[in-house]
Amino acid sequence: MESKVRKALRNPFALTIIAIILGFIIAMFILAVAGFPPFKSVGILIKGMLGTPKDFTAVIIKSTPIIFTGLGVAFAMKTGLFNIGGEGQYMVGCIAAVAIGSWLDFPAPLQIIFTVLAAVLASALYAGLVGLLKAKKGIHEVISSIMLNWIALYLNNWFTNTNFYHKPNTMGSYPVRESAYTMILPQWKRSEAGLAVLRNNKFLLQVLGRNDVNVGFIVAIAASVLVTWILTRTRKGFELRAVGSNIHAARYTGIDVEKNMIQSMMISGALCGLGAAFYITGQQPHLLNTLSSSENIGFNGLSVAFIAQNSPIGCIFAGLLFGGLLYGGATLQSQLGAPTEIINIIIGVIVFLVALSILIPRFLDTHTKKEKPQEVTAKEKEKKKGAGNV
Amino acid sequence: MAEVSNEYAVQMHGITKSFGSFYALTDVNLDVKKGTIHSILGENGAGKSTLMNVLYGLYQADSGRIYLNGKEVSIKNPTAAIENGIGMVHQHFMLVDTFTVTQNIVLGAESTKGGIALDMKKAKANVLELVAKYGLDVNPDALVRDITVGMQQRVEILKALYRGCETLILDEPTAVLTAQEIDDLIKIMKALIKDGKTIIIITHKLKEIQASSDECTIIRRGHYIDTVPVKGVSEDELAEKMVGHAVKLVVEKTPAKPKETVLDIQGLYVKNDQGLDAVKDFNLQVHSGEIVGIAGIDGNGQKELMQAVNNLVPSTKGTIKINGHEIQNHTPRYGQDHGMSIIPEDRHKDGLVLSFSCYENAILEKYRDPKFNPGFTIDRKKMVEFTEKLIKQYDIRPETCGPVYAGALSGGNQQKIIIGREIANDPKLLIAIQPTRGLDVGAIETVHRTLIEERDKGVAVLLISYELDEVMQVSDRIAVMYDGHVQAIFKQGEVDNRQIGLVMAGGSIDGK
Amino acid sequence: MFNTILLALGITLMYSTPLALAAQGSVMSEASGVVNVGIEGMMTVGAFFGALIGERTGNPWFGFLCGGLAGAVFGLIHAFASVTCRADQTVTGIAMNLVGPGVSLFLCRLFYNGGVQSEPVKNKIPNIFSKNVLKGAASNLNVSWTTLIALLAAIVIWYIFYHTTWGLHIRAVGEHPAAADTLGVNVYKVRYICVIMSGFLAGLGGASMTLSVVSQFSPTAISGQGFIAIAAVIFGKWTPQGGYLAALLFGFFTALVVLLGGTAIPIEILSMLPYIFTIVILVLFVGKAAAPKANGKPYIKGTR
Repeated sequence: MESKVRKALRNPFALTIIAIILGFIIAMFILAVAGFPPFKSVGILIKGMLGTPKDFTAVIIKSTPIIFTGLGVAFAMKTGLFNIGGEGQYMVGCIAAVAIGSWLDFPAPLQIIFTVLAAVLASALYAGLVGLLKAKKGIHEVISSIMLNWIALYLNNWFTNTNFYHKPNTMGSYPVRESAYTMILPQWKRSEAGLAVLRNNKFLLQVLGRNDVNVGFIVAIAASVLVTWILTRTRKGFELRAVGSNIHAARYTGIDVEKNMIQSMMISGALCGLGAAFYITGQQPHLLNTLSSSENIGFNGLSVAFIAQNSPIGCIFAGLLFGGLLYGGATLQSQLGAPTEIINIIIGVIVFLVALSILIPRFLDTHTKKEKPQEVTAKEKEKKKGAGNV
Repeated sequence: MAEVSNEYAVQMHGITKSFGSFYALTDVNLDVKKGTIHSILGENGAGKSTLMNVLYGLYQADSGRIYLNGKEVSIKNPTAAIENGIGMVHQHFMLVDTFTVTQNIVLGAESTKGGIALDMKKAKANVLELVAKYGLDVNPDALVRDITVGMQQRVEILKALYRGCETLILDEPTAVLTAQEIDDLIKIMKALIKDGKTIIIITHKLKEIQASSDECTIIRRGHYIDTVPVKGVSEDELAEKMVGHAVKLVVEKTPAKPKETVLDIQGLYVKNDQGLDAVKDFNLQVHSGEIVGIAGIDGNGQKELMQAVNNLVPSTKGTIKINGHEIQNHTPRYGQDHGMSIIPEDRHKDGLVLSFSCYENAILEKYRDPKFNPGFTIDRKKMVEFTEKLIKQYDIRPETCGPVYAGALSGGNQQKIIIGREIANDPKLLIAIQPTRGLDVGAIETVHRTLIEERDKGVAVLLISYELDEVMQVSDRIAVMYDGHVQAIFKQGEVDNRQIGLVMAGGSIDGK
Repeated sequence: MFNTILLALGITLMYSTPLALAAQGSVMSEASGVVNVGIEGMMTVGAFFGALIGERTGNPWFGFLCGGLAGAVFGLIHAFASVTCRADQTVTGIAMNLVGPGVSLFLCRLFYNGGVQSEPVKNKIPNIFSKNVLKGAASNLNVSWTTLIALLAAIVIWYIFYHTTWGLHIRAVGEHPAAADTLGVNVYKVRYICVIMSGFLAGLGGASMTLSVVSQFSPTAISGQGFIAIAAVIFGKWTPQGGYLAALLFGFFTALVVLLGGTAIPIEILSMLPYIFTIVILVLFVGKAAAPKANGKPYIKGTR
C-alpha cells in the first residue's frame, strides 16, 4: 500500500496546490532580492484580495471574464485544440456587443439578449475561422489564432474610431445603452430606498454599493456546469472528446473530425464571447477604448485553463486566483511600490510548475517497490527439464 | 548455462529485467558460439527483444552478467555495444527516412574533414566497399523513404558492419520480406558467417530457424526454457516449447459456401502520400459466406487500398461497391452505414481511444445509432450493458475492465474489444487488417475462429495480412497483391507458400 | 520610383532583422524536435536586457550579447522542462511567454523608477557603412550590423545543418531520435544545445529590436514578432534558409505598412496587413508535411 503522502502526490489537485504555493515562494524570493519585504508583500497581496467584502466582490468581478476565456480554452483543450486565440475572440465579442448594444434601442430584456447574442455569435465565428483553417488547410491553430489576435486588436481600434461609434473628445466609443446593462439592481442601489437599506447593512453596502456586481459570475458558474455536462454526458461531447483524444481512431470509426474541430472552436469562441458580453454589459465603462496592446483577457484565460488542468469547474477557482492576484497586485504596487508584474511572474511560475507536476507521479512509479517476479510453475519447470532431452 | 569461455561470442547469464512491477525477463541465459547463427525463439511478448535490447545497451538489466568472448563486460548504452562489436537491426527499422542511405549509415560515426565538416565522398566509398564485399545491393545516394523494405533492411545491416560489428543481432528480420528476399537474406547471413561474424536472430517463425540457424534458445513469458541444436528437432517440438502446450498449427474449418457478391472493387486507383499511384487497376470481389485473403509484401498498396475502402483517402478512378451501392469517395461513416466493419491494422492508432474507458471504446461507433442513443445524451446504462455483454462473449480480461482505460489492457484483450464492437454492428462485410499482429497464440486462435464463425453466418470477410501462413490457412480464396493490383487469385490449397511467394514478388506460376 | 524601392528594401531589412534572428532560433529548436512557442518571451527578455545593459554600459555590442544570453537562460529552462522533464512543450513555452515579459517589466520598473520604458540607449548598434559612404537613395541600404549578423546566422546555421556532423545529428534527432540514440548520438545533449541556442538567437533578435530598430525597451517593443517568427519557420518548411527568406517577406509587409501610412487607408487597417498576409500565405502555400517528425514529442530512452 502506498503511504498517504505518496497518494496525495498522485492527486492532480494536490499537485496544483503545491505548484501555487511554490509560485508564491518563488515570488517572495524575487521580491526579497529586489529589496521588498517578502512576507509583508504577500500579506498585502492577500489582504488586497480578501481584506473586505468589497475587495472580494471586486475580485469576483475582475475574475469573471477570465473564467469565461479559461472555460473556452479548457473546452478546446479537452477536444484536442489549443485555443490561444481567446484574446482575439474576446475582443471581437466586445466589439460586437458595443456595435449592437449601443446601436439598437430595445427595452431591457430584449436589448440584453441581442447584445449578448451578438457577442457570442461574433466570437464563435471568429474562432470558427481558426477551426476552418485547421480542418481544411491544416494550418496550426496556434499560428492562425495569434494572427487573428492582432487583427482583432486593430479591428478594435478601427471600430472605436469610426465616425458612427466614436464618442467625440474621448479615446473610446459610445457605451452600450443602459437597457443592456446586466448589473444586479443598478437602479435600486442608487435609489432612496436602496440607499437606506444599504446604509444599515455594511456588508451589503460593500458588496453591492461599491462595485458593479453583475450576473456574469453566476452565468460563468452555470456555463462551467453546462460545459462539464456536454463533455461527459452528451453524444456531441463524446465525439468531441474522441477527436481530442485520438483523432485517428475517431476518423477511422466514422466521426467527422473536421466538422468537430470547427464546432469545438466555435463553442470555445462562444464561451469567450460570453465573457466579453458580460464584461461590456456588466462593468464600467461599458464601451471600447483605443488600445496600444491587448488586455490579455484571453491569454490569462490560457493560464487559468492550464492551472485548472482543463477542468471546467476548476476554471472557476483558477480564475478567482488569477483575478485576485491581478486585483491584489494593484494594492501591492500602490502600498509598497513593488511592480505589479510580479503577478505575471507568479502566474507564469505556477503554470510552469503545473506542467512539470506530471513528473512527480512518474518519479513515484520508478521508485516504487517491485513485486516479486512470478516463478515458473512447477509443472512448467518439469517440462523445461524434459525439453532438454530432445 | 555454459561455462564462460572465449569459444562463445556472447554469453548472458541470469539476466533479469523489470519495468515498474512487470518482469519482462527473469533469470534468462543465452550462450552463442562464435561463427554461428543462433535463433532466439519465443512468442510475441516473451521477452526476446528485451533480452537483445539489454545486450545492445538500450536497457540495463536489473541483475545478471554479460560476457563477450569470455570477458565480462558492462554495456551501458548502444555506443558501448558498438564499441564492443555488437550491431543490431531492429524490427522497426531505425532509419531517418528523409536522409540518404549513406547519411543513415554514417550517422554517429561520420568521416570528417577537420573534425566538423562532413566528408560524404569518403563515406560513400566506404559504404560501396561493404556493399561489394557482402553482396548487399543498395544505392548509397537514394533517399531511404524511396527504397524497398528489403533494401532498408540491408541499410540497417550495413550500418552495423560500417561500425565494425562482429556480432549482429537481427530482430524479426523476415516479417516484412518475400520468400525470395528471405532466401537472399539467408545468403547474406551465410556470407557473414563465412567472414567470421556471429549472428543472433530473433524470430517466432519456425521454418526460418530450420533454414538458417545452428542453435536455438527458447524463451517463454520472460523465462529461459531451453537451448537446442536445430538439426534433428521438428517444428512441432519447437512450437510446443515456445507456447508451453501442444498447439494446433492448422486452422480447422469447413469448405466455404459463397453466395452473392458483397464487396465489388472495379478498376480502382489510389494515390499514396507522394502522389504516385499505389493502387492501380485493382479488381476484387468478395462474396457472402467466404473469406478472401490478400497476401502480399508490405508496401504493395495494401495500406492505400484499405484507406480508400474506408474513405480515408480519395480514390482517383474506379468503383467500390457494397451490395451494389457505390461507396468510394464518401466518408468512413458512409461505408459503415452500408454494412462495412473494419478491424484496423493499428489498434492503438486507429482502433481505440486509449485514454477512454472500455465502455466508451465499445460504443465508439454505436453511440450514434439512434436505436442505441435516441436523445442528445449517451445512455450510460445501455453502454454498460452492451459492453458487459461483449466482455462475456469474447472473454475479455479482466472481466472488470469496463470502467478501466483501454490503454491498461493487454494487446489481445484490446483487440477483442475492437472485434466485438465491429461484429456487434452486424456487418455484411467484415474487413480484418493484420488482426493478429502482436497477439499470443491463444488470442490468435480466438480471432481466426471468430472470422470463420462470421463467414459461416453469411458475412463476406476480407483478410489482409503480411503473415503468409495466416492468409493461407484462414482464407478460402487468396488474392496476391503486387505493385498495386491483384497479381493472381488462388483457391485455398491450390498452391503452396513457395509458389505464392513467387507471385508476391511479381513472378508468375506456369499456366496461371 | 527607384528611391521608393530602395527605401522599401531598407525598411524591410530593418524590420526583418529581429524576425530573422528569432526564426533561426525557432528552426534550431524545432529541427531537433522541441517545439518552442516561448520565442516571444525569450525575445522580450533579450530586448530588455539588451536595452538595459546597452544603456547602462554605453556599449550596445555588450548589450546585444547580454540580450542573447538572457534568452539563452530562458532557453535552458525550457530545455529542462521539455527534454528532461518531458512536460507539455506548448504549456511550458506559454509559461515562458508569461515569465519573460513579467521579469522584464518587473526589472524595468526597478531600474527606471517605476516606469515601463527604459531610458533610450545612447549608442545604437552602428550601421555597416560610416555616414557618408552611401549617398542619396542608396543610403537606405546602409543597414545596421545586426542585419548582417542575421544573414550570417542563417548562412552559418544552414552550413551546420547540411554540411557538418552536428547538423546531421540535429536533423536525425528531430526526425527519429531513437535511430540517433541507437547509433550513439546523445539525444538529450543535442536537444539541450539546440533549445539553448534557440533562446540565445531569440534573445539576440529581441536585443536587435531595442538596440538597432528602436532605441529603448517598452512593453510593446516585442509585440508578436516571436509568433510571426514561428509562422516564418513553418512557411519556410523548417529550414534555416526558408526561415530567413520568410522573415524577409514578413519584414516586407511591415515595410508596406510604413510606406502606405499617411494614405487614405486608415492606419488601423494597414496595421492588420502583416497578420492577414501571414494567414493568406499559410493558406496558399503550406502543405501538411515537412515538419520534423519527432517535433513536440518528448524522447524517452528505450522507446521507439
